[in-house]
Amino acid sequence: MTTATDVEKKKPLAGLSDSGAYQKLLAFASLIALLIGFSIASPNFMQTSNMIAILQATSVNGVLAVAATLVIITGGIDLSVGTLMTFCAVIAGVVLTYLGMPLLLGVAAAIAAGAFCGLCSGTFVAKMKIPPFIATLGMMLILKGLSLVISGTRPIYFNDTPGFDQISRGSLIGEIFPALPIPNGVLILFLVAIAASYILSRTVLGRYTFALGSNEEAVRLSGVNTDAWKMRIYALAGAICGIGGILIASRLNSAQPALGLGYELEAIAAVVIGGTSLSGGRGTILGTLIGALIMAVLTNGLRVLSVAQEWQTVVTGAIIILAVYADMARRKKSG
Amino acid sequence: MGGNMTKLVDMTGIEKYFPGVHALKTVQFDLFSGEVHALMGENGAGKSTLMKILSGIYQRDGGDLVIEGKSVSPTTPGEAQDLGIGIIHQELSLMNDLTVAQNIFIGREPRKSFGRLDEAALNAQTAEIFASMNLSLDPKTLVGSLTIAKQQMVEIAKALSYRSKVLIMDEPTAALNDAEIAELFVIIRRLKAEGVGIVYISHKMDELKQIADRVTVMRDGEYVGTVGAAETPISQIIAMMVGREVNEKPLDVPDLGDAEVSLEVSGLNRGKEIKDVSFSVQKGEILGFAGLMGAGRTEVARAIFGADVKDSGTIRVHGHEVSIKSPKDAVRAGIGYLSEDRKHFGLATGMNVRDNIALASMDLFTGTGGVLNDGEISTTAKGYIAQLGIRTPSDVQEVRLLSGGNQQKVVIAKWLLRDCDILIFDEPTRGIDVGAKSEIYKLLEELAEQGKTIIVISSELPEIMRLSHRIAVMCEGRLTGILPGGKDTTQEDIMHLATQRAAAMQVTGAPQ
Repeated sequence: MTTATDVEKKKPLAGLSDSGAYQKLLAFASLIALLIGFSIASPNFMQTSNMIAILQATSVNGVLAVAATLVIITGGIDLSVGTLMTFCAVIAGVVLTYLGMPLLLGVAAAIAAGAFCGLCSGTFVAKMKIPPFIATLGMMLILKGLSLVISGTRPIYFNDTPGFDQISRGSLIGEIFPALPIPNGVLILFLVAIAASYILSRTVLGRYTFALGSNEEAVRLSGVNTDAWKMRIYALAGAICGIGGILIASRLNSAQPALGLGYELEAIAAVVIGGTSLSGGRGTILGTLIGALIMAVLTNGLRVLSVAQEWQTVVTGAIIILAVYADMARRKKSG
Repeated sequence: MGGNMTKLVDMTGIEKYFPGVHALKTVQFDLFSGEVHALMGENGAGKSTLMKILSGIYQRDGGDLVIEGKSVSPTTPGEAQDLGIGIIHQELSLMNDLTVAQNIFIGREPRKSFGRLDEAALNAQTAEIFASMNLSLDPKTLVGSLTIAKQQMVEIAKALSYRSKVLIMDEPTAALNDAEIAELFVIIRRLKAEGVGIVYISHKMDELKQIADRVTVMRDGEYVGTVGAAETPISQIIAMMVGREVNEKPLDVPDLGDAEVSLEVSGLNRGKEIKDVSFSVQKGEILGFAGLMGAGRTEVARAIFGADVKDSGTIRVHGHEVSIKSPKDAVRAGIGYLSEDRKHFGLATGMNVRDNIALASMDLFTGTGGVLNDGEISTTAKGYIAQLGIRTPSDVQEVRLLSGGNQQKVVIAKWLLRDCDILIFDEPTRGIDVGAKSEIYKLLEELAEQGKTIIVISSELPEIMRLSHRIAVMCEGRLTGILPGGKDTTQEDIMHLATQRAAAMQVTGAPQ
């Protein structure tokens, strides 16, 4: 049959361009190019300590970006990941420092708070049909305000909870391989990424995440309770933001209630650089990780080269536009 | 046709390559002023690609394009417009929230000093164009409030406002009912008389006889031939398109006797769209739903399926009353709905074949912790690919790369897997080419023979007549009658019921 051979002919091409492999490759190549460029430009760049600093800097943004990726693949957007992170950190502070509960309970409370807030966003979006941009913009402000209210606008320190700072700063890997003192925060980022990646590729939740972003109405007409699944995805993203909250609180050994605004944009930037489509239906966690690394390498490298902070921001913005342009150009080509 | 017609377009030896595909192979096409030249071919034959080259959307890789004696190579739609070539796309590209006039003059609005818009001139110029088309439409109407037919007229007006000498219409009647098609043809004939050359792309054979002067057929990116529309029998054109004769066997209506009534709908109401609709379907039966566009057939299907909430009415499946409030409830009751708009409602086009097949039945493949068994999904999907003859290189091919007919089969597979024994097909062959149509028909008949209950909604009367064991006809939300299938019923009988309006209102030409 003619149609069959037509499709067959297209296959090898389609396989390459549709898997998003190209975009990932491009992002990965950019990352390598940046690393090489900065190493040549400054001998201080390729130091183990500096590399570890980059990874450490990636950990929080990376975790938030993973959360944002899930929501973005459904065709939504989550603007609340930054302030939700802060809110969860404050909750951990309340449970651990104010209430003096054990460490594990504080961590659990932060993640539960994240999941609950995510569920709220998900309810606004799925049940009340508020556009994700508005729903999560509202959540972003609510959570920022609540963080300040609960903490009394003062940082909450974790000095009474020994070991809390080790969650992010300690290094289990370093204890086993002293030459590789990779902080636990980085380890946690990778664990979160692997888990999210697994959920996306192997579970019903993941399959529906892509399906919702691909064609929500078709999924609904297949008899799937799309609202419920969407709420679950937002809740999962929220829980991951809770982990982000623990990481940042642990790194600063305090919950800083004023922090958080602006993190959501960095997270979304990492997602976009990593090749996830803002229109939904496509995206990978690996791409997001690479995107987060690119942003961290860029910030760090420019600092090592003593480029002024103001200019670092300008460069980051330019990179985002470039990355999306490259993605668009590729898409247009593969038609 | 007189000999005083000038050649507007002459395309010869056109070649076009896409990565990995030789899309057009030495294709030729010409167009005279004052003629309607139909371009036919199955989906994927290269019609759209050829027209996109003519309208500056694609660039050719070889061959000549001559417009009014001059060799040209438009590289943008704007350049093609300057050459007098206008295209009306199949999917209308209008902005619903702007007025008709604002749409027509988008990007070249009449201006006053300091860049202020001259709305008065805008509306006046639009009114002028409408007058020349003999179309009564207020330039200040919002496009979103118009019917598809009227929107189509706006597209035509837009193309004309560029003083187009060549007008390309890509399936202009796809969403129009008979009255609206007649309206469109009046305008086409008027344009013809004024010397505009029209390229007419359509799948509907009967339209050719009415409107086209010549027909060019393409197949697999190649030029097959050009024939006169009046003197060439339709069967020959179809044979040119598919490269073989398509034989339609006459319908024989099976005697179902006292087979179980599997679906019984009574007193179904929803707003103004559905008024007291009751009917029943037997196991193994194909019930056709005929009617004009807007008669409420799709609305009935969506209400039964729970996609829209009904105001009242009961639905019995296999004799038991079921409460259907959402598609989920319907699917649980064994009802599957195959929407007319597969791309919007039927398929997750970015996903692959097997995930689409499994989409309604993920729970069958879910292990502990929500982990999916992809191996089992694959095996199951491959089974359906073989059973339904879905032509795809593999089960992980993205469905958007499949042809319309094969996409439809993927949706069918989805519902079969979900164990739905009542299947509602809404325009099952829309956008599907002639060859694949009869395959879908055969599939529906096989499903009925296997004891599935089939409801088919179609705007194409030949399709209804070809398939239905019984024919339910609707008009303005009411069920106006149920006719027996087979040769006892004529198209006239159906049309009679389809136009049997509740109030004896007269159709007027005025816009609503």
